[in-house]
Amino acid sequence: MAKILKNREILLVIAIAALLVAITLRFPGFVAPANLARVYNDTSILIILALGQMAVILTRCIDLSMAANLALCGMVAAMINAAFPGVPIPLVILVVVALGALLGSINGLLVWKLDIPPIVVTLGTLTIYRGTIFLLSNGAWINAHQMSDAFKALPRAPLAGLPVLSWLSVLAIAAVYLLMTRTPVGRAFFAVGGNPHAAVYTGIDVGRTRFLAYCLSGALAGLSGYLWVSRYAVAYVDIAAGFELDIIAACVIGGISIAGGIGSVPGAVLGALFLGVIKNALPVVNISPFAQLAISGTVIIIAVAVNARTEKRKGRVILKKAEAV
Amino acid sequence: MHSLDLYISNSITPVDCLLLQETTTSRMKPAIALEDISKSFPGVRALSGVSLRLYPGTVTALIGENGAGKSTLVKILTGIYQPEGGVIRVDGEETHFPTALSAAHAGVTAIHQETVLFDDLSIAENIFLGHAPRNRFGLIDWKKLNGDARELLRRVGAEIDPTIRLRDLGIANKHMVAIARALSIDASVVIMDEPTAALSHKEIHELYELIDRLKADGKAILFISHKFDEIFRIADRYTVFRDGGMVGEGLIADVTQDQLVKMMVGRDVGQVFPKVDVAIGEPVLTVSGYRHPTEFEDINFELRRGEILGFYGLIGAGRSEFMQSLIGITRPSAGAVKLNGDVLVIRSPAEAIEAGIVYVPEERGRQGAIIGLPIFQNVTLPSLHRTSRSGFLKLANEFALAREYTQRLDLRAASLDQDVGTLSGGNQQKVVIAKWLATQPKVIILDEPTKGIDIGSKAAVHAFMSELAGQGLSVIMVSSEIPEIMGMADRVIVMREGRIVGRFERSELTAEKLVRAAAGIAEAA
Repeated sequence: MAKILKNREILLVIAIAALLVAITLRFPGFVAPANLARVYNDTSILIILALGQMAVILTRCIDLSMAANLALCGMVAAMINAAFPGVPIPLVILVVVALGALLGSINGLLVWKLDIPPIVVTLGTLTIYRGTIFLLSNGAWINAHQMSDAFKALPRAPLAGLPVLSWLSVLAIAAVYLLMTRTPVGRAFFAVGGNPHAAVYTGIDVGRTRFLAYCLSGALAGLSGYLWVSRYAVAYVDIAAGFELDIIAACVIGGISIAGGIGSVPGAVLGALFLGVIKNALPVVNISPFAQLAISGTVIIIAVAVNARTEKRKGRVILKKAEAV
Repeated sequence: MHSLDLYISNSITPVDCLLLQETTTSRMKPAIALEDISKSFPGVRALSGVSLRLYPGTVTALIGENGAGKSTLVKILTGIYQPEGGVIRVDGEETHFPTALSAAHAGVTAIHQETVLFDDLSIAENIFLGHAPRNRFGLIDWKKLNGDARELLRRVGAEIDPTIRLRDLGIANKHMVAIARALSIDASVVIMDEPTAALSHKEIHELYELIDRLKADGKAILFISHKFDEIFRIADRYTVFRDGGMVGEGLIADVTQDQLVKMMVGRDVGQVFPKVDVAIGEPVLTVSGYRHPTEFEDINFELRRGEILGFYGLIGAGRSEFMQSLIGITRPSAGAVKLNGDVLVIRSPAEAIEAGIVYVPEERGRQGAIIGLPIFQNVTLPSLHRTSRSGFLKLANEFALAREYTQRLDLRAASLDQDVGTLSGGNQQKVVIAKWLATQPKVIILDEPTKGIDIGSKAAVHAFMSELAGQGLSVIMVSSEIPEIMGMADRVIVMREGRIVGRFERSELTAEKLVRAAAGIAEAA
């Protein structure tokens, strides 16, 4: 039992369950399966983005440009659709995923080849990507009536009881989980963040590994760009403005260490879900949107404090066990 | 016969030697005296019953091998370490230095090997940091600060504008700032820890002049150096440390270089080293014409199968820099490597590992284990291409590989799945070595393999090294410890200032030859 409580992911599951119980006391309908599925669907984009951010944070970097990348890719997707409604949607998705990866690779190259601190690089590209949207669109919006029905329908299309949007996030979770736990690149993400100096000696190219993490986060941001624009049926300069902070918050709550090297896919997913539950539950229990922000912020700090504590305790207990051998 | 010769010829004990000398040296009162100081760290006895006296207006050279206890002594003098036994006297009064500040108040100041100053502050701020002059509102009096700084700089003979940032100075001028800082707190005892290590010839000359001025001001100076020419140029007295004990002191005028070298190294070597004679085979690794624009040049050698090749030199001789270049971390500007007769181009550590050359770095904390990854993942990190199948990791293979090598090293851990950070330092080291052995290398480079570990673990590492050589591996051992080099190496290459300055077979090896080559002293007539 004591050991279970020290597992970060299980702790988060318990926290989410407790949150759900508390909400149910005020609003029993919240935990109905259909509503929970809706909450998951609503959190899907955050989950996909958090997976990309996780890879970057694991390598001791950060990607502040994810939301801007999303907005730019979303705008490009919408413009392609508005100009050439006949282009099949899967091809549009492919194009924006590739574009997202390209934008991510620019971050990666700057961090790798010029050795500029990641926070500075992505702060710069954040602004550049947002500015590019303005240049492309001249500040104009692309509204629902300019998009084809197929473009808007895909994320909503039901498939085995859930919308395609939810299934795409499940697919992303499975793919990134496989990448992180079953491939040398995934292992390298952990090694580079855990001890970059040692990673160099074991033959890992630290810069290249970070570059790949940025490509992954960029590709996932590109995918999210299409999903966001088609789901909300609008594209303009400021979509998802400030969302990069939600993405980082999800990772931090999920136990991904900002210092790099520690974290897991289930953690990132649960962190995103935790934020998703709060966002969806607070309006139904009549809490103002301003209080929501404060509550989200408080939760982040509590989560980080709890993580720091479990980290420490974990070390001590296992040490005793190791000594007893 | 002189007292020191009596000591060297083993006819008297060190204490007798000192007593004899007391009668011949000056009767001046020491500015600071350490008496019978002892200090130990877990598993290591760093200093046992050492004494040191520093006299006003006198330069005392502190001489000893790496690990002899010089740094520990400096830290005790400056209040960073607390001795377990013994007395510190300042002007004859018994004192304690519980903090670095109390040592500074007592007038002891140290100028370190690598200057500990602040690049982005002005020179004047660096000089007066912590004791800046204040005006009547309690705010910093900038006018006085800069004026005083200018005056201090003039006294040390460095005409520099005190308002510019330290970053913009060369290393020599940074040293002058450090010295000015030492003077700003009105020190009576100045410690200089290898102050010439980073200086050019001309700058060293200026430093000598400055030291002469400090002497004239009546400062007691402790001068730590490995370079005998400068010791004989600048010092009045000497104190020699060996293995945490004092083995001799006296006037420089009464001693020769040969005698100092003998005191430094004079001990039995080889009694504790489990060196096994291995039949040495054909050349495995041939390095020729290796050079780097700033770090080393003309590195040529051959490494044979089953051989342990020692690389000896003072710290900063370019040994680690060369090794890091050999495994592809830095690029040499020229040079060729052959492994088993085939020309090898190594552009990255990954290619070196692939070819079968691995490097176990010196700083195992920073460059070794990856905290946060479980033990088995640490072990398999450089070998993933062998444990994976079609691009995917096979955890079962990883566990098998990790189990094989951790068992060979007798690793003590509850499970291979636990975080490597939960292991003790010694066991972490085993994980790091297991990691490199698991790559099945042909050549293994061990950089200071026993630095900072206790005597018991040292013997285990040495036994293991012999075993590796016995299995046909070729070992390069970079070490600054003479006993280790003499005990373990089949052949020794000595480096100094980025060049190979000596090659010795095991049969012709003596500690004196090593020290002479490393310090650049000509062979005694």
